[in-house]
Amino acid sequence: MTQALVEMPLEPAGVPRGRAMVERATWAARTFATYDIDSVRRIAHAAAIAGENHAREFAELAVQETGYGVVEHKVLKNVACSVGIWNTYESHDYVTPTILSGDKIVEVPRPAGVIFALTPSTNPVATVYFKIMLALLTRNTIIISPHPFAKGVCTSAAYAMRDAAVAEGAPDGVIQVVEQPSIPLINALMTDERVDVIVATGGAPMVRAAYRSGNPAFGVGPSNVPVFVEKSADLAAAAQSIVASKSFDNSILCTSESVLIVEDSILTSFTKELTKAGACLLSTEQVEVVRDLIFPAGNFDTAWVGKSAAEIAAACDLKVPKGTLILVAPIDLIVPEEPLAHEKLCPVLAMVTVSSAARGIDAARAVLRNSGRGHSAAIHSQDARVTMDYASALPVLRVAVNVGNSLGSAGIQTALAPSMTIGTGFFGRSSLGENLQPKHFINQTLIAYNSNQSVLMPDFTDLNSWSVPEGSVPAYPIASNLEGAPVIPQPSNPVEFSGTDDLREEIRRLVIDELRQIIKG
Amino acid sequence: MLPYPPTLIFLNQALSPCGLGVFRGDIVRLSVLPRASPTDFRPILAKWSANWYGATMPEQASVEVPYDYGVFSFASKAEVLDKAKAYWNPGKTQFWIDSGVPLVIDRREEYFIYDMSGKRLIDTHLNGGTYNLGHRNPEVVQAITTAMQHFDIGNHHFPALARTALAEALVSSAPAGLTKVIYGSGGGEAIDIAIKTARHATQKRKVVSITKAYHGHTGLAVGTGDERFSKLFLSDNPEDFPNVPFNDLEAMENVLRNRDVAAVIMETIPATFGFPLPAPGYLRKVKELCERHDALYIADEVQTGLMRTGELWAISKEGISPDIMVSGKGLSGGLYPIACVVVAEHAAGWLTQDGFGHISTFGGAELGCVAAIKTLEICSRPETRSMVHYLSDFIGQGLRRIQADYPDWLIGIRQNGLVIGLEFNDPQGAKFVMRHLYENGVWAIFSTLDPRVLQYKPGLLLKPEIAEELLDRTEVSICRAWAEVRSLRGPR
Repeated sequence: MTQALVEMPLEPAGVPRGRAMVERATWAARTFATYDIDSVRRIAHAAAIAGENHAREFAELAVQETGYGVVEHKVLKNVACSVGIWNTYESHDYVTPTILSGDKIVEVPRPAGVIFALTPSTNPVATVYFKIMLALLTRNTIIISPHPFAKGVCTSAAYAMRDAAVAEGAPDGVIQVVEQPSIPLINALMTDERVDVIVATGGAPMVRAAYRSGNPAFGVGPSNVPVFVEKSADLAAAAQSIVASKSFDNSILCTSESVLIVEDSILTSFTKELTKAGACLLSTEQVEVVRDLIFPAGNFDTAWVGKSAAEIAAACDLKVPKGTLILVAPIDLIVPEEPLAHEKLCPVLAMVTVSSAARGIDAARAVLRNSGRGHSAAIHSQDARVTMDYASALPVLRVAVNVGNSLGSAGIQTALAPSMTIGTGFFGRSSLGENLQPKHFINQTLIAYNSNQSVLMPDFTDLNSWSVPEGSVPAYPIASNLEGAPVIPQPSNPVEFSGTDDLREEIRRLVIDELRQIIKG
Repeated sequence: MLPYPPTLIFLNQALSPCGLGVFRGDIVRLSVLPRASPTDFRPILAKWSANWYGATMPEQASVEVPYDYGVFSFASKAEVLDKAKAYWNPGKTQFWIDSGVPLVIDRREEYFIYDMSGKRLIDTHLNGGTYNLGHRNPEVVQAITTAMQHFDIGNHHFPALARTALAEALVSSAPAGLTKVIYGSGGGEAIDIAIKTARHATQKRKVVSITKAYHGHTGLAVGTGDERFSKLFLSDNPEDFPNVPFNDLEAMENVLRNRDVAAVIMETIPATFGFPLPAPGYLRKVKELCERHDALYIADEVQTGLMRTGELWAISKEGISPDIMVSGKGLSGGLYPIACVVVAEHAAGWLTQDGFGHISTFGGAELGCVAAIKTLEICSRPETRSMVHYLSDFIGQGLRRIQADYPDWLIGIRQNGLVIGLEFNDPQGAKFVMRHLYENGVWAIFSTLDPRVLQYKPGLLLKPEIAEELLDRTEVSICRAWAEVRSLRGPR
């Protein structure tokens, strides 16, 4: 057959296999939902350790496969998203019921079931690790659909965690990967009604598709992070934080700073500090060249995602000092037609100056009108009033203060929940406002007693219906007459067969007569 | 009020006491099924003026709509039954009516079959595994429909595209050492081919099978089986087809000792005999005896193959590489008949010596090969294997729970993966259970050669929620069958 022979509603290649994965996951989810807390901790810990053990290997593979980012920084993220997540949540319990005796309520945690997780090419392994850890901590099964640019390393990463988890008793099928992702396949899986929740980290079209799917979804919007250096800031510390954050993994975290806003009064001294920290301040002509390079015809060229400052400078024939970590591009105005005022997933930081804190807040709002609503902003300031006004005026759900935003808003250098998925909430057309964390993957069944004081709630202490898995899950189907087969109860008093044939025949005859009449009738 | 009911499910046995559907004056409980054709049940409701949502069908609705299937139609189910008796098979038709299972399968999809009355049944008979992947599995339907734009049955003399592709797929999935494929149009023919092949390879005539064996109804196959099916047609031939009791190694050795046996043919788990399980090591020992006494081992994997035991071929679980292996039934996806024999090189000599030795116009029809390639692919998926393991575990646990409630009635569960035989404490026990299952929306059949045992074969891809429903219905049916049997036995 050399040509398409027939027009019929064919399911695109890979879809039936994808649906089989979902079905396998539903079986696994049914079982996993009954595990006790100790088993869950053992499984999650094993997966975390496996993730950490492979952190460097997969960081290298990710850079090789995608061409994005910095190995050292990816190692750090991979560790943060495996044992880091474990350390954060090891004492949390998303399994055991909680008793609220005052309210006469008992909360019984119930996992979502099957998570369908889309992961990006920019933070491939870290996001895969992160979502798997959250799934395991909450007794969920997960199907990972990696970005096609990073499918090789993501598949290996997921399988490393899977093997460790299954070896500790996690059910077969607990972690699966769509090894050959395609748009039709992803659409089919997103709309499959056996998927309990979709977690979409990636481009806006994919996030919107997740919300259109008809299934519960957590999708998060894009970022465009303003960072305001206000006159009361510790300028040296601010400069160091910003340069380190903007250059981290060559700026491919969504929390990476995009537009720097500086008060006039401190501009000179602050730019000195920036230069000292490894930034190269571009001249007006140089800005033109860089703009044309990374925004040809006004649109961002993804070829520059995750490339280093040195590579970008070299492509522009710019002579920059050795050790330059970021390029700072002064621009006039934050307006939609200024390309550099939009998201740039590379270490180029736009900069504007403002006359006052109030104008700084206006400028930050202008940045967020371009994109990034609901995401994050940063401020460097000692002034609580200014910080409060800034946070209250911007349409973002986290403001990182006196810390690099990359790791600050991602919860790695702040007390926010460490996360690779930054909820953009109602501002950003998302159902998730917080940093994604384990609690988002469970619901609670509430046992609620009559409030009337005469009705007492019995003692639920240490009660739960969960159990420890035995052996491999599911058990291998050995024949029931072999050793190790499940025990079958024996009859207590065997019945004798005797003297019933006549009566049985009589009844049968009656039934047959009745049936005949009905059929003829 | 809606113009007509979307569909019906008969949930309560009391509403349809004979399992025949709705009768005049009955109150039916309705439930919506997504893909039901709205006209499916209109004639029934119209005819019997059933009370629907408490309201009587309006008079103008009682227009008779025939059961119209395009190239043929019937006015009623009664007409089908009458004509089936008149023109087709009166004995069989009457048997099922007498057995309380007056089933005429109409719609079919996934693991559901629907009687003409609209009554839904979960199919756990699956024609012995023919519908392993469900009725009209969409992937197999798609494969065949696409193929029909290019292929037909093909010419049986020439090397062929689909036949070659399937042969390669079969050999690469089969137990080690099997290298050639021969096709038949059904399991019986494939068994005949296996026997002919063994006779050619060994230049011996005798074929040993177990007592109460069943390998099909064709010329040679019927000789290996119980005389229940051979004597009727004067086709019994104990001289060439000696039987030995199952699980009896001494008897096996005795019959092989004279070295005049071409082959031993064994179902890995004998289906029609009620799935008695081979004793630990029995089959391997039989294989060893075959080797010692120059006989070939033919593994009949028609019912046990294709992932039903949690591995693609049950014989691999026994650690045996047979000389010849036969597959059929499920291989067709239930859509286009095909069966095959996979043969080790040392037994495949006739294919080189005289390739025209066995000719079959329909054997290895290319459309069937396409169905089989797709079926084999689905069965071989890691996801399918995993689901079969989950389902075996789940159904096994559920059945043991039921057994704990009725230990004097359900006295044995013979299980290897999704090959399940339920043994009841009455010589005809499974027939009672079969009837109650039918009334309660499950179709499973008794074992012809041991009616104490019910064959219970849930589909490989059965969804968890349907598996739960199946167990619920099974529990109720087992309970009611037990009550009936006890009442028939009377006070002791």
